[in-house]
Amino acid sequence: MEDVLSFTDAGLYCAAGDFHIDPWRPVPRALITHGHADHARPGMGAYLCTAPAAPVIRLRLGDVTLETIAYGEARQIGGARVSFHPAGHVPGSAQIRVEVAGQVWVVSGDYKVVDDGLSEPFAPVRCHTFISECTFGLPVFTWPDAATLKAQIDGWWAANAAQGRASLLGAYSLGKAQRLLTMVNRNIGPILTHGAVENTNAVLRAQGVALPPTLRVTAETDARAHPGALVIAPPSALSGPWARRFGPAETAFASGWMAIHGIRRRRGTERGFVISDHADWAGLNAAIAATGAERIYVTHGYTAVFRRWLEEQGYDARIVRTGWEGESLDTAEEAGT
Amino acid sequence: MKRFAALFAALDATGSTTAKTAALAAYFREAPPEDRLWTVALFSGRRPRRAITATRLRDWAAEAAGLPLWLVEESYPVVGDLAETLSLILPPPTRSAENRLAGWIAELRRLSTLDEEARRAGILAAWDSLGGTERFLFNKLLTGGFRVGVSQKLMTRALAQATGQDEAALTHRLMGGWTPDTTTWQALITAPDPAADLSRPYPFCLASPLDDIAALGPVSDWAAEWKWDGIRAQFVLRGGNWFLWSRGEDLVTDRFPELAQLADRLPQGTVIDGEVLAWADGAPLPFARLQPRLGRKSVPKKLLAEAPALLMAYDLLEDAGQDLRGAPLSQRRAQLARLLDGLPEDTPLRLSPQLPATDWPALAAARETARENGAEGLMLKRLASAYGIGRKRGDWWKWKVDPLTIDAVMIYAQAGHGRRATLFTDYTFAVRDGDGFTPFTKAYSGLTDAEFAEVTRWVRAHTLQRFGPVRQVPPELVFEIAFEGIQASPRHKSGIALRFPRILRWRRDKPAAEADTLGTLREILRQHG
Ligand SMILES: [Zn+2]
Ligand SMILES: [Zn+2]
Repeated sequence: MEDVLSFTDAGLYCAAGDFHIDPWRPVPRALITHGHADHARPGMGAYLCTAPAAPVIRLRLGDVTLETIAYGEARQIGGARVSFHPAGHVPGSAQIRVEVAGQVWVVSGDYKVVDDGLSEPFAPVRCHTFISECTFGLPVFTWPDAATLKAQIDGWWAANAAQGRASLLGAYSLGKAQRLLTMVNRNIGPILTHGAVENTNAVLRAQGVALPPTLRVTAETDARAHPGALVIAPPSALSGPWARRFGPAETAFASGWMAIHGIRRRRGTERGFVISDHADWAGLNAAIAATGAERIYVTHGYTAVFRRWLEEQGYDARIVRTGWEGESLDTAEEAGT
Repeated sequence: MKRFAALFAALDATGSTTAKTAALAAYFREAPPEDRLWTVALFSGRRPRRAITATRLRDWAAEAAGLPLWLVEESYPVVGDLAETLSLILPPPTRSAENRLAGWIAELRRLSTLDEEARRAGILAAWDSLGGTERFLFNKLLTGGFRVGVSQKLMTRALAQATGQDEAALTHRLMGGWTPDTTTWQALITAPDPAADLSRPYPFCLASPLDDIAALGPVSDWAAEWKWDGIRAQFVLRGGNWFLWSRGEDLVTDRFPELAQLADRLPQGTVIDGEVLAWADGAPLPFARLQPRLGRKSVPKKLLAEAPALLMAYDLLEDAGQDLRGAPLSQRRAQLARLLDGLPEDTPLRLSPQLPATDWPALAAARETARENGAEGLMLKRLASAYGIGRKRGDWWKWKVDPLTIDAVMIYAQAGHGRRATLFTDYTFAVRDGDGFTPFTKAYSGLTDAEFAEVTRWVRAHTLQRFGPVRQVPPELVFEIAFEGIQASPRHKSGIALRFPRILRWRRDKPAAEADTLGTLREILRQHG
């Protein structure tokens, strides 16, 4: 039997429908799982994404030919039947289901299975073949529950505020930043945002996502006029001159990698909050089991280890190399994930 | 354990020394005395005896977590710490336990007397009642190696704050061969202690690397001597017993039985600071000849005959039971010379010779000959200086010879540990050998974090083969490797072993075809080996 998708230099290709999914080279027609830069790249002839993912993609890619589709809506493209289903990764993010001649493949994009209260919650999709990310595909990654995280972050912010210090929190500008905004206790103090975060906030607010009031940091902002503020910025901004305006401040980083002591220390951050928009070990395993798929392709992450594990669990497990990235620790790659 | 876990979390959450000291001092004021004592012990490298091997712990944790062993082993290099790896993979606890730090240590001791099945049950029960940081710390107790970013100095300062005692007096109290089993908080820290523990050495005075010779002033203020490449040690003779302490505060008396003669030939109440060297035919042997002594409890006869040890005396810290450390170096040296004068020829003790310090250029020239004299360079000590505690800049300087260097090609890379678990920081280097490359050393420090990150990206993109955690890469990147010494070694493929190899810099300007050859390396061996 023909494969529904094949793996090409440009990305995942569906011959029956003549389209690519999250391609990393320019192609005529691209189906996009979500707006992060490693998935939604410039230069495609035409884009198709979910309606809630579209505004951010327009913000990042400019005026492109873009069509939208509702979650769950089926669309026939050539010989393929496609539909988009919530991936729980960031607002608007989707898994893409492709059916050709009775064979169903699902491309996960990036996903997490816990409900972050912001993104459309992950919905498992039955399929024959599942292409899964595995950024955190090792059993050492287990995310703390939301209440524990909230207590940690609020406690840190409140303690800093009590000393009159600013709390600088590094988080990706699409997804994690907004998740933090909706998580923290806004009565502790004012919340300031870096321009990259605030631009995304504005787009999401315009499409009806409820976010607490925030203040954009500009060249004119007098940091000292907002003592005890929480400042949310991309990680790269926190190590540069931008952050100096806040005077003596405490810095923390929010990432799944913070689960590992040595990795946090290497970043030189004393505080790290274990919060990720990717699935942890248990989440990956649960999501894969829920698809009912027999064949699993794993990509970006601990692929070799995770593949072997899946094989021992009885799956036909394979590795596929893609241009997608996991949750990056490298501040220069902030646009990714 | 909750209080100890809270202390650990507080120490871990701040980079400020002041905040760390305050957190420790608060703990030393409030925690129960047995827990305080154990905390002092753990933070000064005195860990409980290993009750269970790492292999067993790995097996049991994998089993408890329902994971295959290979998966646990693959996870370990990512985390970089076994205790942490195991605490992360284990399922969340289903019970709770109110056990203090000392209580858990007592439990470990109890387990160590039981058979393996009972030990296993005990460990699984402990894991099932501890979560998060507590479980991590419990595993640290099991695996040893308690490095928490707290230096002994910082801990001593916190103890001083908590008890109102003098920091230097506490430093002295903490030295020696005590364990929480042989003492109590009261006896170790607070009780009056006039007799002191007879075995106790003095805190070592350390030298700083010399940066600016022009700032030292007149040469006549200084004593110069060779910086010997051996084991820095204190010889302590009191009350009829002798002790040899290495700089890491390890008691190494048993490793150097030939120094027992000194106890018969020197007066009681003598403490000498010096360097233990392997010595034959009037000259020092390379450090590598001394090294086999450190790994074992007793020394085989063959080693005693082939590489006999001797103490090269630098300084006299105690004479006739009197603490001399406050006296000027010139006086201490004179007393040392008098003490050593007239000892029989075959005594394994020598006065480290002082070099004539007539002017700085002459000393600089002498330094250039250090390697030929079996030394690493010069030590410069201010004649008027007291014997200080730790590394106090200004009075003692080490003026090492420039390292030997060679341009080598990276052929394997491996991820680092701990804070460098996500970076490839450990490299194997080769020299050109005909058309191929012959590996000759590993090195894993000397680049900046940004350079390590760049090499890491390169390694990921150029991996040829993986051997477990090791990646083979094409021989393309050239690095300048510095080292302090070189020796013939039949155990190595290259026939050569280096001492203290490290990366000096990344030679982006050099292609692999211009890297040094095995011939160059052999020539360096001929000249300096
Ligand atoms: Zn993403
Ligand atoms: Zn991604």
